[in-house]
Amino acid sequence: MSSLTGTTELLGSGKLCGMTNDSAIRVRGLRKAYGDRVAVESLDLDVARGECFALLGPNGAGKTTTVEILEGYRPRTAGEVSVLGLDPAKATRDWRARVGIVLQGTGEFETVTVREVITHFAKYYPVARDPEEVIESVGLKEKADARASTLSGGQRRRLDVGLGMIGRPELFFLDEPTTGFDPEARQEFWELIRGLSEEGTTILLTTHYLYEAEALAHRVGVIAQGRMLEVATPATLGGRAEAATVVSWDGPNGRETRSTNTPTAEVVKLAEQFGGEVPGLTVARPTLEDIYLAMISEVSA
Amino acid sequence: MTTSTVRVARGPLHAARIGWERGKLEIREFLRQRESVVFTLLFPIILLLFFTQIIKYNIPGGISFAQYFVPGILAVGLFGASFQTLAIQISIEREKGILKRLEGTPMPPSSYFIGKIIMVFTIVILETAVLLGVSAALGKVSLPSDAGKWLTWLWVTVLGVAAGSVLGMAFSSLARSGKAAPAVVTPVALVLQFISGVYFVFSQSPTWLQISASIFPLRWIAQGYRSVFLPDSYAQQEVAGNWEHGRIALVLAAWAIGGLLLTLRTFRWRNGKDA
Repeated sequence: MSSLTGTTELLGSGKLCGMTNDSAIRVRGLRKAYGDRVAVESLDLDVARGECFALLGPNGAGKTTTVEILEGYRPRTAGEVSVLGLDPAKATRDWRARVGIVLQGTGEFETVTVREVITHFAKYYPVARDPEEVIESVGLKEKADARASTLSGGQRRRLDVGLGMIGRPELFFLDEPTTGFDPEARQEFWELIRGLSEEGTTILLTTHYLYEAEALAHRVGVIAQGRMLEVATPATLGGRAEAATVVSWDGPNGRETRSTNTPTAEVVKLAEQFGGEVPGLTVARPTLEDIYLAMISEVSA
Repeated sequence: MTTSTVRVARGPLHAARIGWERGKLEIREFLRQRESVVFTLLFPIILLLFFTQIIKYNIPGGISFAQYFVPGILAVGLFGASFQTLAIQISIEREKGILKRLEGTPMPPSSYFIGKIIMVFTIVILETAVLLGVSAALGKVSLPSDAGKWLTWLWVTVLGVAAGSVLGMAFSSLARSGKAAPAVVTPVALVLQFISGVYFVFSQSPTWLQISASIFPLRWIAQGYRSVFLPDSYAQQEVAGNWEHGRIALVLAAWAIGGLLLTLRTFRWRNGKDA
């Protein structure tokens, strides 16, 4: 199973320094059906402690259903699920204190300020982070005394992230956390997640942004139509590492392209042909997005 | 595993402490919604002034209509702040995902309910203080000077808030969405107001109506408040010929306990298929 090899590689690579080798999340044969409609089918998943794992997939693929089963919100139809050593369907308050959750929906706070909400939620947890530090690390320091209703979409999302991390979770679920972020906020958010990951927090995030998964995740899993298509590192997903490189240039009769496994030799050859600079030369390996879209379209075909 | 040592605080004291924190947050949110504050606090006064201007009942026994009417308005205010407010507000919070977020934290579930009751109690105290303050200042109503009467006011208020609040919590699960909540809740509250004798002399309504109203808490809250603000000679005008303090306490306590059990069994933290 690719997911298992992926875990082993990661553990072997020494990225998970100081972590015990039990998994944070272990799922076998997960199935979720609403009457005749199957939302998730035969899904396996292993996330190691300290790992940052990204779930990718189109809308309606079963990402949120899967994550909400892992979070203890939804019951499952069949399969084995263990999250931090416990079946989330039997979530206890002790378990809740170890898990941080950023849900998809947002924006329910109105007249309370950022500082009030974060300080209040800190009281729920046995070993909460310092509210002021959390406000600063999610980039809301200037907005600390602003009422939640006056925050922009991206700022509200950061408040959600702050509330998710306030309890110092061992495992942090983030369901499409960066929706509504501008590029700068996204970069800051990535830094925050990398920091949490370096501290040893296990992270499971869903995202529509392939470059986000590539920037953050040790491994990614692609879900479509309720099934896990593949689990791999971003660099190797869908045979990306071995995939042919596309060399293109402006020829005498218009644009020309060539797929090759030896791009350097190809470029040298072209340089000789043109006697120097090759007009309009590009050399491209498939992006994670190219690979992902090819996988998804294969399933729906 | 080194990490399974996390233990959250337990027990009623912790639940009460977090409930108190939630209550403070809820009160703060209420006070910052200016429209609802003004409406909640002014509505009883408007009701009192309006009714006493256009309706000139002659109340046998020599007290003013305003004096007779104040206990009813206080009872309606209490029931509105507890039953109506909570049934609607909790439906909306459920729809907006506030409850779902709380469910994902180690907050003791009872703390949420404790916080709501603290908020309701505060609103009722504010409402009562404003209504009695204004109507006494206008010379419309004279306030009891006897400490025993105020003690009665206190226990009727505490039991009434408890009964109305847990009923509102239980009722909030009936509405399928936050938008539908007012449509489900308001008619129930209005019917209860009209049958419970807050707008007329209860003992003058038909017997079947009296019996129906006696099932529900509002009639008893109103009667309890009449025993505070009317002279004791008016006890004869009650259905039983006395204030029935024991029965008031019993009915309200029964509703509070029954409503609590119902809430614990039926409360939903989310709408939808997997709630």
